[in-house]
Amino acid sequence: MTRLARHRLLPYLLLLPGTAWLLLFFGVPLAQLAAASLYDPTGSLSTGYAMTWALGNYPDVVQAYWPQLSRSFGYAGLALALALLLGYPLAYAIARKAGRWKNLLLVCVVAPMFTSFLVRTLAWKTILSDSGALVGLLRDVHLLAPDGRLLATPFAVVLGLTYNFLPFLVLPLYASLERLDHRLLEAASDLYASPVQAFRRVTLPLSRPGLVAGTLLFFIPASGDYVNAELLGTPNEYMIGNVIDSAFLVRLDYPQGAALSFLLMAVILAVVFGCLRRAGTEEVW
Amino acid sequence: MDETDESRRPSLDEFVSRSGIQVSYTEDINDNNEFFGRVRNQLAACQSIDRDIIVLSDWMAARMIRLGWVQKLDRAKIPNVRANLLPSLLTRSYDTENRISIPWQCGLAGLAYNGNVTKELRTVDELLTRPDLKGRVTALSEMRDTMGLLLASNGHDPANFTAAQFDDALNKLRKAVDSGQIRRFTGNDYAPDLAKGDIAACIGWSGDVIQLSSADAKVRFVAPDSGAMLYSDDMLVPNKAAHRGNAEALINYYYEPAVAAKLAAYVNYICPVRGAQAEMEKLDPELAANPLIFPDEALLSRSTMFMALDEQQERQYEAKFQQVIGA
Repeated sequence: MTRLARHRLLPYLLLLPGTAWLLLFFGVPLAQLAAASLYDPTGSLSTGYAMTWALGNYPDVVQAYWPQLSRSFGYAGLALALALLLGYPLAYAIARKAGRWKNLLLVCVVAPMFTSFLVRTLAWKTILSDSGALVGLLRDVHLLAPDGRLLATPFAVVLGLTYNFLPFLVLPLYASLERLDHRLLEAASDLYASPVQAFRRVTLPLSRPGLVAGTLLFFIPASGDYVNAELLGTPNEYMIGNVIDSAFLVRLDYPQGAALSFLLMAVILAVVFGCLRRAGTEEVW
Repeated sequence: MDETDESRRPSLDEFVSRSGIQVSYTEDINDNNEFFGRVRNQLAACQSIDRDIIVLSDWMAARMIRLGWVQKLDRAKIPNVRANLLPSLLTRSYDTENRISIPWQCGLAGLAYNGNVTKELRTVDELLTRPDLKGRVTALSEMRDTMGLLLASNGHDPANFTAAQFDDALNKLRKAVDSGQIRRFTGNDYAPDLAKGDIAACIGWSGDVIQLSSADAKVRFVAPDSGAMLYSDDMLVPNKAAHRGNAEALINYYYEPAVAAKLAAYVNYICPVRGAQAEMEKLDPELAANPLIFPDEALLSRSTMFMALDEQQERQYEAKFQQVIGA
């Protein structure tokens, strides 16, 4: 083999393990899921499922589970808004104002992730418990009716989502804020920009890559989540993840479950591409 | 099973030393549906699932039998089952010959309440409508248990009902969900909430509730007069199991009254073995008198098993039920 040929081949050889892995463990199952979403919806375990290209599965599931679909994106959106309100100042403070506490604070943001997602969500169940201190306090100050509750409400679900996915938003934001060149802010103030103006014209635009990456990392798992709705909510708060779970495991309606999974993926992909096109890929990754 | 040491299981250890058969016991069935999802592909493809014996709930056992994924047992190898199985379990519709799916433990689904936070509860209707319970009630996400209790409360027979009667009961449930009376549908996880008082009353399983009662006597299980749901968790030998004979020996062993009594003393479920009550007298007279471990005639006569469903019905009813419980 000539040196040139080897040079040409090398990148492909390097790509081979990763590509094979992706094809085998992502491509194949995905194709299978796509096929399942087009199976005859009247099929069953004992009679088997026939491939009938039943595109009707898609409008059917949208019609049947419209409330859960819209709720998923609604709750994820609300949680995202809350997380931005909490996360941006937090990331800003850690990146620019924390000084020697920076590493410790970062560890604090990440530390909860060392315990399981499930355990953390269960912990919120205890915190928000009807007989817990928090609810007791809120009742005493009349922020909550005497028989009011926090657990098993939309509030609890959105709170759970916000809490569980906050680090995914904070870390990329931190990374881009940390890289921000301080001299630009000095220049802005030399040019008579007020702190607010400097933030709007310099800090915010320069932190946009982190904002976009964080938003995506937050929104994607949050909209597909079903644990928070299951543990902190009631049937009236169930999201699309709960429906997919029950379609596959309880109702054994594989075509419907697969169609919903694909739909969810499609919507999320559309959101991702929308975001990336506006922000430009190079800036984000 | 041993309360003080999770790794010690005296009854199983005795089986090993008596028979010389090594048993590896794993608690890897957390949920019927989840487990079914895990082994479905292998069993459908006629492959072994590397387990000689599994324990699943009655309705899942019925599904496995319907799909032909479990084996018939050799009657000659399990004489104790024939001799000692409780009469009320002899006529289970999905295994009329009692040779595929052998009850391991049984239990009741009924009502439970926490007397620290609410007053006594006697009927399903109270649970679904009493204003002081609003938002503090849970029901089981297991369709057969919740719907069975509701069917019975409407005066219909959960073991033999029509689609219209099911819809009636479902409407009753829907009203309770829409009004906010029912807070959540749960698996086993209602137990800590009930103990804490976050939920005041619920539809629950006798075994869980007895365990809570032993810690706090004010937590009570109620088998409503309209009827409670009897369920069993059954031992099954999957197709292609490598050691069916050993599995049969194990089943036969657990149907010895003395062994069954020893086990019942730990697990607090309804014991499916006749004669175990007499053995229990020697071990613990108080437990021997507990109707939720050894039910009397009166309780048994108002406990029924849910109607056996074919796949079509199962899917239809389950889909309707899932719509109401929100998923």
